Amino acid sequence: MDKPKKLHLETMDYSVVQPCMHCGMCLPTCPTYVETKRERNSPRGRIAWMRAIADGEAEVDKPFADEIYDCLGCLACVTACPAGVDYAQLFEAARADVEEHDAAGPGQRVFWRWLAVKTIFMHPRLLRLVGRGLYAYQASGLQSLVRKSGLLRLLPKRLADLEPQAPDICKRFSHQLIRPVESPTEMERRLQPMTRTPESEAGSQTHSTDADSTAKARRSGTHPTAEAGRSGTHPTAEAGRSAYRVGLLTGCVQDLAFSDINRDTADVLLHNNCTVITPAVQPCCGSLHAHNGELELAKKLARQQINLFKPETLDAIISNAGGCGSHLKTYGHLLAEDPAYAERGKEWDRKLKDIHEWLVEIDFTPPTASPGDVEPITYHESCHLCHGQKIRLQPRKILDAIPNLTRVELKESDWCCGSAGIYNITRPETSAKLLDRKLEHIEATGSTTIATSNPGCHLQIQNGLKKAGKTAIVRHPISLLAEAYRPQPKA
Amino acid sequence: MGTTTESTLIDELRALLAANQLLTDPADIRPYGFDGTAGLKGTAAAVVFPNCTEEVAAIVKLAAKYDTAIVTRGTGTGLSGGCVPSEHSIVICTVEMNRILETDTQNLTMLVEPGVITKEIDEASAAHNLFYPPDPSSMKISTIGGNVANNSGGLRGLKYGVTRDYVMGLEVVTADGTVQWLGGKCVKDVAGYSLRDVFIGSEGTLGLITKILIKLIPRPKAKSTLLATFPSMQQAAETVSAIIAAQIIPCTLEFLDRKTIRCVEDFAKVGLPDCEALLFMETDGHPVVVAEEAEAMEAIARKCGATEVTRAKDDFHAIQLATARRSAFSALARIRPTTILEDATVPRSKLVEMVSFIEATAKKYDLQIATFGHMGDGNLHPTFLTDERDHKEMERVEAAMKAIFDFTIQLGGTITGEHGVGLAKRKFLPTQFDAGSYALLSKIKGSLDPHNRLNPGKIFDLDLRPVDHG
Repeated sequence: MDKPKKLHLETMDYSVVQPCMHCGMCLPTCPTYVETKRERNSPRGRIAWMRAIADGEAEVDKPFADEIYDCLGCLACVTACPAGVDYAQLFEAARADVEEHDAAGPGQRVFWRWLAVKTIFMHPRLLRLVGRGLYAYQASGLQSLVRKSGLLRLLPKRLADLEPQAPDICKRFSHQLIRPVESPTEMERRLQPMTRTPESEAGSQTHSTDADSTAKARRSGTHPTAEAGRSGTHPTAEAGRSAYRVGLLTGCVQDLAFSDINRDTADVLLHNNCTVITPAVQPCCGSLHAHNGELELAKKLARQQINLFKPETLDAIISNAGGCGSHLKTYGHLLAEDPAYAERGKEWDRKLKDIHEWLVEIDFTPPTASPGDVEPITYHESCHLCHGQKIRLQPRKILDAIPNLTRVELKESDWCCGSAGIYNITRPETSAKLLDRKLEHIEATGSTTIATSNPGCHLQIQNGLKKAGKTAIVRHPISLLAEAYRPQPKA
Repeated sequence: MGTTTESTLIDELRALLAANQLLTDPADIRPYGFDGTAGLKGTAAAVVFPNCTEEVAAIVKLAAKYDTAIVTRGTGTGLSGGCVPSEHSIVICTVEMNRILETDTQNLTMLVEPGVITKEIDEASAAHNLFYPPDPSSMKISTIGGNVANNSGGLRGLKYGVTRDYVMGLEVVTADGTVQWLGGKCVKDVAGYSLRDVFIGSEGTLGLITKILIKLIPRPKAKSTLLATFPSMQQAAETVSAIIAAQIIPCTLEFLDRKTIRCVEDFAKVGLPDCEALLFMETDGHPVVVAEEAEAMEAIARKCGATEVTRAKDDFHAIQLATARRSAFSALARIRPTTILEDATVPRSKLVEMVSFIEATAKKYDLQIATFGHMGDGNLHPTFLTDERDHKEMERVEAAMKAIFDFTIQLGGTITGEHGVGLAKRKFLPTQFDAGSYALLSKIKGSLDPHNRLNPGKIFDLDLRPVDHG
């Protein structure tokens, strides 16, 4: 650990911590406060503690660390706060202070943090290697053998509890499903049902082609809209169905466990006249790092992303994971002090779009067929999509555009499911309570499909349904849209 | 109280209560040091969470034994510092006493514990097609116990009155730790003094409320919501006076000035128009009457100079607009670091004068004052947007506040319409009362709480605590 630095909470602009007037409007929206009814576990309680630290009246100590890690970071309080307190910034500063001052104390979390936050999620190829291993473990039958053998009992309890939560890894990762550059003209071929052609794996052979060289190659063709995007006037549907040039972020967990959702996202973009640039090897967006007190690593990853995607060459950069998108839209703030990246960071933020947001913005083509047997359906909002990015109507609009699909509103659809990044690992008890609450509301809708747009929520709810012996399935709204776009087999 | 006494008291509390019912760690009790009022803080010795009346009584008896002050608190949304703890006090937080005990559809009453959230009472009433009208802006968070203790108002006060009008009975724990029942289900009851009314609005200084018998009324069948925009605050105020003079009593006549409109729109994004003043008007009741009144109000607004009058598209839109209005106070915190909300209330015929005076005062003292409020009740919320760390400016705020209060009283108004006196306004209270009536007020406190243990220092500026006691 480096030598202790000055506290972020002390050095940050006082105008961030000051606007909280403790009116209490946040209380009924905070899952941890509602659970305990103790002010310490509420947004205004946590902010008061942060302010006490900023004022030098309290220390960054173990109890503070525990409290800040008890917070889900779901940002429901941000939606509720009329005063506009930037809790996300306070939360990240507080966690960074906890980590930089070693306040959380020693223990096995040190090893796990080193392994996950500082190692695996810093190196995309290593992450894929881990994913490969996990896939082999699951696909070879070793997993069921281990489960039957009772070997798991030899593991520490928490680790043994985690094993069933590990996502089912996809056979192929995103780069094996999506070529670095795909354009709408090739769409016809892409619209074939999801059987993979040998060519689709060709992408893995072209690692060296990054967004830059492919962009150059493409620009020799006709891409007038990319110019329009750069001049600041965003091409809209009014200008007709013109082509857009967009980057596609494939994510970390999404890449390993839901690469099919990335393929679906590319298909949907192609169907809506977007040329899709998908670099084969992408760094993590840094959300995990920023939310876990590693702001320097988060900055490093942000710079890598900007270098890789070159936002100035694109109309939009598309994220299909609520949690990643929420963080990805803050690169401007994260890199504000870095003269080489401050401007590019701002441009990146402007162009970073959640897939649902982008589709509604470009007036997406409504599908004419339904994706098969998925209804009735309900929609669970990822916290960082609805509270972090304020994207609430767009996913509903997309689902409602699918013919013959009945959507039932979910009670507390914007209430955290307990996944919350790695919260289900760090605070399993609270996470389980939130999951039960979510499953109860899902049950009440009578839905057989739950749509959601974040891999964390996806896995959490999927695991919960499985454990409860339910047959309902979890899907990404974009996968449903992609299926509706694909030609239906004639009955 | 000495440290030894304090630790003995805490030991006894620990023996009485379960572990999760008692907080003493500084980190745990810090957030119980404030409510929704700017600039007021205090530190209690402990915070306790009783589950029932018997536990409250036992805690009050222990506090009496150790001569320790008690501060009652719900969810801490107060706007006058009424539950800011005095040093070394015990905070009794009622949030665990949150059961609805009975809904009597024969007598149209509901018996509840003090920690029930205000909005839940109306929601539970709606299940029986009944209505609990008082709706303070914090109704999603505030507790009914806190509402009764402060006699809270709300947006529907104009037609339906305030909390007091819906309290039929109370169970209270008095300063000696005994439990008393006051009032009941009879609509008429003139047996003795109305002691129940003494406790309503007493801000925790006379006793602790442990059960509330609430009066419910039939739910109105129809509602119409109108928004009117004006080129000046005076024209909005004139409209309100004209509507009342036309003998129309709508359920809501709310007013927002330009600054408030901008902040609320920034937060709520409901499409509020850009104008100097906005009236949010609602009429409810029988559908025919509602339609007639809405038309009449629209005509009056236009006659008084409204540039535009629109109606809410549907129920959802109406609720959106009302919710946006309820966020006004907190949304104003977007402009300056410190938001100080006042509660000056005048007879409705004096509204235009009051509004003009507030505008002039802001200019004279070079301050930012945003004004919104329940114009139909004459209840304005001039809100100072300032910075508590700028001492020069704070001096001007103090002076302007005094000027506004003096003028309010001159117009026959009151320094607080619905927020209570608490800590924030206690020094202005003697201005409103003459010496005789202020002494009467103190006498009631003295006779019900002779040792000044219940929320000491609130309402009264004087230290009434006797030097020797026992």
